[in-house]
Amino acid sequence: MFGPTKRQWCIAAALCVLMGLAALPARAALDPALVQGLGGDFNARVAAIDALGVAGGDEATALLDALEGGRLGTVDGRLVVIAPDGLRDAASGEALAADAGAATRITVNNRLRRAIGTARAALALSSAQPAQRLAAADTLRENASPALLPVLARALAAESDAAVREVLLYATAKLELSSPDPALRLKAAQALGASSDAAVKNLLAALLEKRGEGAAATWVEPDAEVRAAAAASMRAIDRRIGLAQTAGTLFSGLSLGSILLLAALGLAITYGVMGVINMAHGELLMVGAYATFVVQGVFRSHFPAYLDLYVLAAIPAAFLAAALVGIVMERLVLRHLYGRPLESLLATWGLSLVLIQAARVLFGPQNLELANPSWMSGGVELAGGVVLPYNRIVILGFAAFVLVLIWLMMQKTRLGMFVRAVTQNRPMAGCVGVPTARVDTLAFAIGSGVAGLGGLALSQIANVGPAMGTGYIVDAFMVVVLGGVGQLAGAVWAALGLGIVAKFLEGWAGAVVAKILVLVFIIAFIQKRPQGIFALKGRFADS
Amino acid sequence: MRTPFTLRLFQSMPRGGWIALAIFAVVAWIGVPVAHLALPESHPLHVSAYTVSLLGKILCYMVVAVAMDLIWGYAGILSLGHGLFFALGGYAFGMYLMRQIGRDGSYGADIPDFMVFLDWKELPWYWAGSDSLLWALFLVVALPGLVAFVFGWFAFRSRIKGVYFSIITQALTYAAMLLFFRNETGFGGNNGFTDFKRILGYDITSPGMRVTLFALSAALLIACLVLGRYLVTSRFGRVLAAIRDAESRVMFIGYNPLHYKLFMWTLSAMLCGLAGALYVPQVGIINPSEMSPANSIEIAVWVAVGGRGTLVGAVLGAGIVNLAKSVFTVYLPEYWPFVLGFLFIVVTLYLPDGVVGLWRKLRARRAAAALDDASAAAGAGRAAAIGGTPAEAPVTERQAARSATDTPIAKGANA
Amino acid sequence: MIPTLEIERESARLDAERENQREHWDGSAADGRVYRPGELDLSHKVILYLDDITVSFDGFRALNKLSLTIDAGELRCIIGPNGAGKTTMMDVITGKTRPDSGTAFFGQTIDLTRLTEPEIAHAGIGRKFQKPTIFEHHSAFENLELAMKADKRVRRTLFASLLDDERDRVAEVLRQIRLDQAADRPAGLLSHGQKQWLEIGMLLMQEPRLLLLDEPVAGMTDDETERTAELFVSLAGKHSLVVVEHDMAFVEALGGKVTVLCEGSVLAEGDLATVQADPRVIEVYLGR
Repeated sequence: MFGPTKRQWCIAAALCVLMGLAALPARAALDPALVQGLGGDFNARVAAIDALGVAGGDEATALLDALEGGRLGTVDGRLVVIAPDGLRDAASGEALAADAGAATRITVNNRLRRAIGTARAALALSSAQPAQRLAAADTLRENASPALLPVLARALAAESDAAVREVLLYATAKLELSSPDPALRLKAAQALGASSDAAVKNLLAALLEKRGEGAAATWVEPDAEVRAAAAASMRAIDRRIGLAQTAGTLFSGLSLGSILLLAALGLAITYGVMGVINMAHGELLMVGAYATFVVQGVFRSHFPAYLDLYVLAAIPAAFLAAALVGIVMERLVLRHLYGRPLESLLATWGLSLVLIQAARVLFGPQNLELANPSWMSGGVELAGGVVLPYNRIVILGFAAFVLVLIWLMMQKTRLGMFVRAVTQNRPMAGCVGVPTARVDTLAFAIGSGVAGLGGLALSQIANVGPAMGTGYIVDAFMVVVLGGVGQLAGAVWAALGLGIVAKFLEGWAGAVVAKILVLVFIIAFIQKRPQGIFALKGRFADS
Repeated sequence: MRTPFTLRLFQSMPRGGWIALAIFAVVAWIGVPVAHLALPESHPLHVSAYTVSLLGKILCYMVVAVAMDLIWGYAGILSLGHGLFFALGGYAFGMYLMRQIGRDGSYGADIPDFMVFLDWKELPWYWAGSDSLLWALFLVVALPGLVAFVFGWFAFRSRIKGVYFSIITQALTYAAMLLFFRNETGFGGNNGFTDFKRILGYDITSPGMRVTLFALSAALLIACLVLGRYLVTSRFGRVLAAIRDAESRVMFIGYNPLHYKLFMWTLSAMLCGLAGALYVPQVGIINPSEMSPANSIEIAVWVAVGGRGTLVGAVLGAGIVNLAKSVFTVYLPEYWPFVLGFLFIVVTLYLPDGVVGLWRKLRARRAAAALDDASAAAGAGRAAAIGGTPAEAPVTERQAARSATDTPIAKGANA
Repeated sequence: MIPTLEIERESARLDAERENQREHWDGSAADGRVYRPGELDLSHKVILYLDDITVSFDGFRALNKLSLTIDAGELRCIIGPNGAGKTTMMDVITGKTRPDSGTAFFGQTIDLTRLTEPEIAHAGIGRKFQKPTIFEHHSAFENLELAMKADKRVRRTLFASLLDDERDRVAEVLRQIRLDQAADRPAGLLSHGQKQWLEIGMLLMQEPRLLLLDEPVAGMTDDETERTAELFVSLAGKHSLVVVEHDMAFVEALGGKVTVLCEGSVLAEGDLATVQADPRVIEVYLGR
């Protein structure tokens, strides 16, 4: 979507193949004349090193090694390799009778060393390891000499790795841009439009600058056509980077939204069913996260081979641990406070204090960092250095999965029907035989369990600590307020919307101001829709 | 005939209340100062500097509790953001205290140290006038008042009620805390204001200043109690309680609940601001953690422990919880969160009317033996009340009578 | 002395000018009287106009182009099956629900769709809810005191004290609704019928021009119902009353004009006998 168009790829590929074919003959053998340049003055040496890089092959590598190791010298103008067992001709490799002491060693200064590095990189471009090729390409990125153009073209033609291609394209175009041939420069300026790299943009921007003062100023790039192409390419790059960044922000917004959703889903259920604002809900997240931590510990000590799977095993553990705590809370405290929402709020706050302190006593006050399993580390890289981490993608999918489960439970099961009945009209539900007390307990257990799953998700992207839940709980409440009481659909829209809005505002105004703006937005929104996005209207509105 | 205002103010409190206030005033204005200043440290009745500051701090908390009770106990609006108003008052006065440091800070600059640290050259515009005590005192009241007014106007206008309102006030104080944590906000970031030196040029650590601040706190508490008592026994107070119980009915008989809630809400915030302003010089520091949601919700538990809907309950609750907190944080700091947590749970489950409610219930049980006499007296009283002023019968006494007879009325504040 | 006089004369002139302007604004008054903004204009002897009112909740039309007029001093009964829109109609009149379309005027000049609930109450409309809504923690006396017609702004209630004549008025209404023996009892302890009466008493204290009464005799004994009917009949004339009721005996006892609502609009109107004979009404009530 953000890469070059198909046509652009075709043109680039065709060009590369042509250039590669042209360069092929140079590879056949190590030309003695070429090698001899190493014995000349500095300029000749640099040219020779470059040529070695272009030529490629094991001999060239060996020669570069010798040069860098100071084992290259001249005997009567003839280039020799100084080996421990004597001298050998550098081109043919035949042993020479002369004494090692007779050879004048070629000194390597910094300029030569740089040239050697570049040549080595050119050689490494044909390596079988993509990582080595990438490293080589990165070396060539800024300081390749024009002589290496054919190598780059060759490598580009053979390259399959997109990241390496990107760098190679850049290096090629940079070289071409400084070429004296306007046609080549034009081609490069156009080809760079396919990039999505901010550095490429700077490269192009340099072309559009003027040298000198006032009327005497001249364009860095004399050709107007090339300048126009450069400007067009810059716009294309800007668009692509902008898109990638927007996509990145959108993604982090969705990611935050998915966490909020996991936190708010449970809250929406418990609040919807019992009209109880559970201030200890954040601590249920914390319970889920610590359960994950414990599961990880068990895997580490007992099944180290399956450590990567601990997250899967933690799903039921986190759910059950939080659900259990939820049941205890409901049975011991909330059950006795039905119909007194403000007091429930205070009592659950007390519970949250107790839970936090208990976690502090049991696990210590410090933050714990959980390792992501290997299949959750790394990420998808978009243009402009925007990375979508796998762990966040997995969590997004996980949130969707939990949402679907909850929805199915609410819509398709008998328990879900009871829960909806109690949400709408508790006394009536009781009258028609819904066991309201059992439904309350079960709904609370499920809501708590979902919070536990939220904690599991959170443990994969943030630190686990006793007070981790408090940071999310205010936002989760905002989701419930915005979404409307006991409305799953409302909670989903509100969570994702809030997440995205918060992230975009964050990029624009900073995290703190964003938080305040979101709060202001919610208050303003409630002015219009006091009952949330999905308002109950008419006769139910007052109850 | 219209009863004169002063007389009604006097009538709003039973005689016992006035006597208790008078005793408190004598102790706070004469007893404590004498015990601190005049008695030698070896004297058994000597009150140490630590104790004076601690008690002064608790007096400020009591004022906050009364303010909280007015809005929660009587208007049924549970605020989880009163810590914000308290802190705003504290910050407003803290600005003055920072300016009073003058060039005695560690950098010897004209501006507060933290600004030097931020490489600021001059005071931001909103610090203008902060060297004037009068302006500081104005801000102490006006700033929390303004924030509360604007927030309340929007919230009450859109009829946000119950837990929704509570949650949004919590978000409000949370957002403010984040704002004040930023260094760029210009209020010292994390560290807030500290290292105060003087008030009006007098040394802030001198025993005389300490006692003065203590006496002022006591005066503020007394004024709050008298004002609160007057408010809750006036027709205004009855409208407020009516809004708590049946808001739609109040609207349909022509009162605009918005104005009533807003008045009480703003006044309550202003009282908190005053308490914060007296708190800061006695404690010697103000930082954004005062705005953390936990602090605000703790205020609610003071009121709940003492007994919501009674002013004396709020005062008692603030005293009991904070004394306990001082003791625990010295001897068993690990266990204080457990104690506080269980306090929240136990009070809401078993003591819905707090300590005052418990005491009343015990007294009612003791009086049960003489029930026949009491009911006869109540009959006579009722007959008299139609001719007399119902306002004279204090709300709390009627509540007591009701809880004694175990009525089936739902607790109004939770409706 | 002279400058003072001049100022007085000047201010008198300004007052007169202001008065003129006001007259100009309200020039529409048909009887030539000058009505101040917010004052009830009954020059056409009609106290309430509902015209083409539609209210819908999520697609369900609670009121469907409802048009209705109530004459000044009239006692009107509204009947209709469940879901006919009776309560929604009252919500619209009292400002609780805003109509999607249509107009509601109180007298000739007061546009009810633009006023808030308290403003409508001040304009002179009192409402009794279906479920008795009183202040359960206040005594019966205080309930009436709060409802009493007075300046209901915050700064007045802060310093308000009960005057002797006001106390007499409360005592009079307490007698009228037969709660004088329970004046100091918390209203929450009253019986259901007593609560209904207390709420009616609160309405009386408000001295409204138009009373809306939603099922006022539900939960009352026959005796209480009879007395309620007597009370309402005695109120008619001085006040206008709109009574929503299911109890046909009570409607008959009231004896006023009857409007039948069905599915959000007026089905029939006339005296009870005519309405009861209307085949459409019979169909609605007895099923098809």
